[in-house]
Amino acid sequence: MSRIELKHIDKFYGDNHVLRDINLVIEDGDFMTLLGPSGCGKTTTLRVISGLEKPQNGVMTIDGEEMVNADTAYYAEPSKRGLNLVFQSYALWPHMTVRGNIAFGLKIKKLPKDEIERRVRESLRMMRIEEYIDRYPNELSGGQQQRVAIARAVASNPKLLLLDEPLSNLDARLRVDMRSELQRIHKELGTTIIYVTHDQVEALTMSTKIALFKAGEISQIAPPMDLYMNPIDLEAADFIGNPRINFLAGKARFDGEKLHVECELNKWDFDKADMTDEEVPDGEFDCVVAIRPEQIQIFEEAGEDRIPVSVYANQPAGSETLVSLKAGSSDFLSKQIGLASYALDQTVYVHVAPEKINIYNGQTTRLIKKAY
Amino acid sequence: MKANKIHRPFSSKRLKNQILNVVKNPFNIIVAISLVILFCLIVIPLLQMVASTFTVAKGELRRIKGAEVGDFTLYYWKYLLTGQMASATLWGPLKNSIVCGVFTVLVSVPVGSILGWLVARTDIPGRKLIGMLVVIPYMIPSWCKSLSWLAVFRNSTSGSLGFLEGLGIPIPDWLAYGPVAIVLCMSLHYYAFSYIHVQSALRSINSELEEMGEICGAKQPQILRSITIPLVLPSVLSAVVMTLSKSIGTYGVAANLGNRIGYFTLATKMKNFINGSPQNVGYAMSIILIILAALIIFANQKMIGVRKSYATIGGKGGRSTLMRLGKAKYPLMAFIVIFLFFAMVMPMFVLIMETFQKSTGGGYGIENLTLYNWIGSNPDLAPYYTSYKGIFFNDDFGKAVGNTILLTVIASTITALCGQFLGYISTRGRGKWYGSLTEQLVFIPYLMSGVAFSAMYVSMFSKPHLGGLIPTLYGTFALIVLTSVVKHFPFASRSGTANMMQIAVELEEAAEINGAGFGKKMSRIVLPLAKNGFISGFMLTFISIAKELDLIIIMMDNRTTTMSYLAFTYSQEGLNQMADAISVCVLLFILVCYIIANRFGADIGKSW
Repeated sequence: MSRIELKHIDKFYGDNHVLRDINLVIEDGDFMTLLGPSGCGKTTTLRVISGLEKPQNGVMTIDGEEMVNADTAYYAEPSKRGLNLVFQSYALWPHMTVRGNIAFGLKIKKLPKDEIERRVRESLRMMRIEEYIDRYPNELSGGQQQRVAIARAVASNPKLLLLDEPLSNLDARLRVDMRSELQRIHKELGTTIIYVTHDQVEALTMSTKIALFKAGEISQIAPPMDLYMNPIDLEAADFIGNPRINFLAGKARFDGEKLHVECELNKWDFDKADMTDEEVPDGEFDCVVAIRPEQIQIFEEAGEDRIPVSVYANQPAGSETLVSLKAGSSDFLSKQIGLASYALDQTVYVHVAPEKINIYNGQTTRLIKKAY
Repeated sequence: MKANKIHRPFSSKRLKNQILNVVKNPFNIIVAISLVILFCLIVIPLLQMVASTFTVAKGELRRIKGAEVGDFTLYYWKYLLTGQMASATLWGPLKNSIVCGVFTVLVSVPVGSILGWLVARTDIPGRKLIGMLVVIPYMIPSWCKSLSWLAVFRNSTSGSLGFLEGLGIPIPDWLAYGPVAIVLCMSLHYYAFSYIHVQSALRSINSELEEMGEICGAKQPQILRSITIPLVLPSVLSAVVMTLSKSIGTYGVAANLGNRIGYFTLATKMKNFINGSPQNVGYAMSIILIILAALIIFANQKMIGVRKSYATIGGKGGRSTLMRLGKAKYPLMAFIVIFLFFAMVMPMFVLIMETFQKSTGGGYGIENLTLYNWIGSNPDLAPYYTSYKGIFFNDDFGKAVGNTILLTVIASTITALCGQFLGYISTRGRGKWYGSLTEQLVFIPYLMSGVAFSAMYVSMFSKPHLGGLIPTLYGTFALIVLTSVVKHFPFASRSGTANMMQIAVELEEAAEINGAGFGKKMSRIVLPLAKNGFISGFMLTFISIAKELDLIIIMMDNRTTTMSYLAFTYSQEGLNQMADAISVCVLLFILVCYIIANRFGADIGKSW
């Protein structure tokens, strides 16, 4: 139960500036996901929080207590921060049994024997792997090792639980299981969790908040659905969502009341109320129209607000069908639920709800019109 | 502007925290202590030895007019490089060393590489057995090989006859002693470098690379020439370098086979100077040996540096399909059999049999056989071949066994422990200044031949230091231990590094997060995990110290004699059967150690 605050954190490896002025507040009880492609600084941020890395600049507090202050070269030891960490590689000590692994930290805290045993059993019960208590890590499967690693971390009752890409070594099915397991732990323990991943599905499904990293900086902090609906710039929009969001080049003009947008698909006028605080250039300027594939509905017949386009390709996959469409020289993707079948080059009619469209400034790549 | 150089105003709190950060972490303290020790044990002796070659010593007072002890002088270098004797003291032996080194490379590298290839990549019958047998000759110390060479080829020039002369086959001096004998003897030893390098490189290269060549339509010899050989070339080159630098500095073989006919190499000549006078000339020669070794290694790094070893790059699976030899397997089998016969069977047989002979060269008839060399106790019974009792009743031998065991146990325990620590520092300090400094310091002893290295230590510790805090160690057992320990640092820390690399940093970090301090972390996590690697590293160091002759020969006297030195002196005295009997004991000792080491997963390929 804790509130973590990072202020102006900078981290260098030699001349390599890996964290650039990171500012982040994690509220008590949050499930905060640090999301981004590999090499963007998310794991380094986690290691700074854990105390395994010392930043060259900035201040970090946990519940108002200073843990890092680069100005006075003060760095609290990892064990004094009341947190625990689950490593990507699990980092289970191969020469200890499951019991030995979990009890290690508790023994160092000099807890009484029966209390240690109780906590070991309880954390194993929570992870539903009680029967493996006397096994060695190499006698367990990857998924079981994963559970032991989490059990070891939660056994010390940390105020803050850090998870570094814990699911990346599991197969697809186990990953789905573990996602629900982690959500449940978060709810049961009420612990603040910081979770590092490059997998947007994990981020979107589990977190209460996501911090999106880009090249050592945080580009956006938002709840998952906000992040999905309104990515702050083109890069973020491109990264979030699968299949990828459609980008259509267009022209826009803002007259003080309305934003007029035109692209090969259609023309729209948007209210000023839907726009972000981002400044827009005077006169006509290049913009990018961004539409999620699931927001493009396909009809076989013409109708009101339906735009004729041609079918370029058709990929039915059981629960969903991806349809590639073409309007003029722009192509884009539509996602239909269930099976659908269209002939190639067939003309179909699509409907897009204007309120679901994002508009980005082509020059600055920033979001200028929100979806809701 | 570098962004990470942030200038903050001075603050005492900050300074205090910075100092605390360094001091509170025991790792930093250990690094500091290790660096100081390495500096004292490696850098200072080296500088001291260099300095002593420019300083007048007592022995030369009369020869250098008007000089006092401790004055600066170029006398020794002039004596060595331009003096009247220069061609006999330096250039002749230097030429001999280089000739022996180069020819050893020319013989041993092709032999070792072919053996490595046969074992790793072909369907030669009995591959596993061959792979096991082929490393056995390497475990026989090189000076032992020279003794068995003498047992086979000795002729009347050195008194008693060898096996072949005994059969009535006349052996000319050029075959029995001198460069040919030295080169062949060393080749039968150092082939192991090429064998181990090539074999492990081939094992790690995916055979799909070769199969691709086959799919492209290449014939077997073509694949060998244009795919396999280029891929292992870097490993072959580094084997060349090791063989060259090792064989140039080898003392035991060159002394056993060269001294009798006045054939000297740099190493043997240097030892004569260091034991005689002027000593400082000997030190100057050892500096030349060091420079020579450094040049060879530097040249190798220049050559290989750009195109590092390919070995691990293609090694995704380790799937390896064996090359079908077809008809070629018969001549290749014959090659292996001949090699094993000459490298292992014959020398061992002759060596062992000679220990039972009354007169070497007298054949194996019952009238010429005796157990005297082993258990004889009455010198009157065998007056013609020895004045000592058989080795099992010989006090010298008992003392030598005791010394050998004491030395190997103490030295290898210390070495292996230090090696683990040094390995820990260099792996955890990877990319940091202290990590690379440790690695470089530890590498220096590798550049020196055993004789040169011990010469340096003798020079350093022949007088007290720090006002008597470090006493004169000359002639003490402690100095022999210290020398053995430091000389084996490169190998021990390499095995320590390999061991520590296997322990993921996360395992330590996980312990830190769970509240373990440095001591707990080491005792509960790192040491238990390093245990097996430590034992195998220990056993390999143990074997290598037990084999050692070159390194300790300068420091030996009656009290500190080891088995290898005793065999060497008996052989020099002409007591061949006794020398052989001791060699057989050493061999047994090493084989037993190796078998134990193997139990712990030690790999002989990692010991040099």
